[in-house]
Amino acid sequence: MATHADSLHLQAHGDHDHAHDHDHKPGFFARWFLSTNHKDIGTLYLIFAIFAGIIGGALSGFMRWELANPGMQVLPWFTKGNIDAAYHLWNVFITGHGLIMVFFMVMPAMIGGFGNWFVPIMIGAPDMAFPRMNNVSYWLTTSAFVLLLISMFVPGPAGFDGAGTGWTVYPPLSTSGHPGPAVDLAIFSLHLAGAGSILGAINFITTIFNMRAPGMTLHKMPLFVWSVLVTAFLLLLSLPVLAGAITMLLTDRNFGTTFFAPDGGGDPILYQHLFWFFGHPEVYIMILPAFGIVSQVLSTFSRKPVFGYLAMAYAMVAIGFVGFVVWAHHMFTVGLSVNTKMYFTAATMIIAVPTGIKIFSWIATMWGGKLSFETPMLWAIGFIFMFTVGGVTGVVLSNGGVDTYMHDTYYVVAHFHYVLSLGAVFGLFAGFYYWFGKMSGRNYNEFLGKLHFWIFFIGVNVLFFPMHFLGQDGMPRRIPDYPEAFHYWNHIASLGYAIMLVGMVVFFVNIIWSLLAGKKAAANPWGEGATTLEWTLSSPPPFHQFETLPDLRNMKGAH
Amino acid sequence: MTAVADPRNRRTALIAGAVALAMVGLAYASVPLYRVFCQVTGFGGTTQKAEAAPAAESLKALHGRTIKVRFDGNVRGGLPWEFAPAQGPVDVKIGEQNMIFYKAASQSAASTTGSATFNVTPEAAGRYFAKIQCFCFNEQTLNPGQQVEMPVVFYVDPAILDDPDAKDIDEITLSYSFYPVAQPSKAPGVYATGSSELAQKAR
Repeated sequence: MATHADSLHLQAHGDHDHAHDHDHKPGFFARWFLSTNHKDIGTLYLIFAIFAGIIGGALSGFMRWELANPGMQVLPWFTKGNIDAAYHLWNVFITGHGLIMVFFMVMPAMIGGFGNWFVPIMIGAPDMAFPRMNNVSYWLTTSAFVLLLISMFVPGPAGFDGAGTGWTVYPPLSTSGHPGPAVDLAIFSLHLAGAGSILGAINFITTIFNMRAPGMTLHKMPLFVWSVLVTAFLLLLSLPVLAGAITMLLTDRNFGTTFFAPDGGGDPILYQHLFWFFGHPEVYIMILPAFGIVSQVLSTFSRKPVFGYLAMAYAMVAIGFVGFVVWAHHMFTVGLSVNTKMYFTAATMIIAVPTGIKIFSWIATMWGGKLSFETPMLWAIGFIFMFTVGGVTGVVLSNGGVDTYMHDTYYVVAHFHYVLSLGAVFGLFAGFYYWFGKMSGRNYNEFLGKLHFWIFFIGVNVLFFPMHFLGQDGMPRRIPDYPEAFHYWNHIASLGYAIMLVGMVVFFVNIIWSLLAGKKAAANPWGEGATTLEWTLSSPPPFHQFETLPDLRNMKGAH
Repeated sequence: MTAVADPRNRRTALIAGAVALAMVGLAYASVPLYRVFCQVTGFGGTTQKAEAAPAAESLKALHGRTIKVRFDGNVRGGLPWEFAPAQGPVDVKIGEQNMIFYKAASQSAASTTGSATFNVTPEAAGRYFAKIQCFCFNEQTLNPGQQVEMPVVFYVDPAILDDPDAKDIDEITLSYSFYPVAQPSKAPGVYATGSSELAQKAR
């Protein structure tokens, strides 16, 4: 066992200083391809997420370019002028964009990246509970991504390539509508990504329950660790349901079962129930770690402990619980009875209560604090603004009656991009800038970081806010072309994409500049507000940290 | 820290793994549960199967209220049949037993087997649309060129008038879709004998 070997190594060299430890890092191939070190695996996840994010973001760029003007201008370039192929290519792009951003950008970055890097350190553990399983999770995720990319280039519906099913993969479009192997590959991709995430979830649950340093009680854990713990439980309970549903889809497609085929007594609506039983917790899986990151950042730059620590932790638990009993609000138009819609409307609105507790407590954390506005703080405050806007439109959409009008319009697209594309992504950037020095050993450029924030903030608001107007005017989502009446706001939205893109260029310039020429990062660059354990270690931390476990039994209060 | 050898970690991971497996099982268990749920509640326009219509005395209080029932027939998946209702819309007394017919004609040179799915709209009416006898419960085999009449015996449950979601419904559409059956089961449908005995008997 790798950890066993590590432990022998620790016994032999436990008294040596950290600098000496560098000598014992494995060679390049063994270190990065056979890695069992939680920090290295975290780095791999972050690099992977950035790479996948570039592809997923490029897909949305082509979509916004196509939507900048009515008519089909951009996608026919890819299809040699074949307009039907261009229409299908649009469907492939929205499917690819959705799946990549959910499964291969946000989840790997939040859970695999920051979770792997900082959960063990924050609870005073030397590594994850199962370092080899951690490695398996990572390579399952990358293999899944490769399968998804391949699926875009093999036949889907008759005559066209790729799966144009949307990330929801509803039958019958995904069964009789796509006879080619593209959907099978997409399903296998989800199987692998799901298996990787379930193994990761088991790893996090075991690590957090069993490997906390002495004195690090559950009620003293940093909120980021709480957020990853709740997320791991959501993954463990929801992903297997998706795995079951897509396996049924696979056997319906290939082996003549009729789970979702009415001609054999099945019901396509059942797939929607199963999918959204997974799909709704999935949106909390994406946002909860961002909640955790934002709590750490706000506390650090307010130089105050988080306001209402226990309420913050249990609000996340409550969101996790309630998140499992609201799934049919994605299905208000499938013919639910009035009473069912009333229940799902009310249950959905209840989620606004724990979420409101969190927003209130974040603001109360800043209230009376010694605030300073370094880049991570800007992203965290931006997160609160964006997530609140998305939350308010979410309450609007939660009404079964209102949703009958709004369903599958751009209003929905605006809503979930405000909470995810802006909420989760702002959380990711907050964490990235917050921990960049800790992870890389070099400080990022503060000016470029702030420039990135402001350009990105303006860009995404210009990009997504007009979508509310388009949706209220009835523009359906998932269409590559539209009537002239929708031109104005679509054009503005596409300009917003271009602004956002400039912001991303600044981001990449900042990363490259900082890695090459950034100043050496101090162990704790943020001062008295940064109280969690990662700031007690050098930047970057030693290859193996906490060779003797930190004793936290005299630690005051929670983080 | 020999983490992997730690039995506590192993136990936690095994419990978590068992939970994940149980959730996969739950996904599969939902298939029969969902079917039962639809049959009990009439969810999504699932019609009800009944043994007999309510007794005549119990209907007197309804003063002969009627509801219009429309019929619709489709063939899907390349089954070479013509299939359509034999009559137009029917005004039926609520609670009273009715019999209507569908006509099916095979256009194939070989014997073909189909099975029908059915649904009513509005979906809220599904739980009050009770079928006593219906060809949809079995596979049907037609010989080349054979024509049959297929009866449906049904009634509209008077309880529809007590349901706030359904009491305003004055028109119900019953729809059947016939799908081809690639591998007919051993017990053929009632039309396999080559005559429409049952239909004639029912008449």
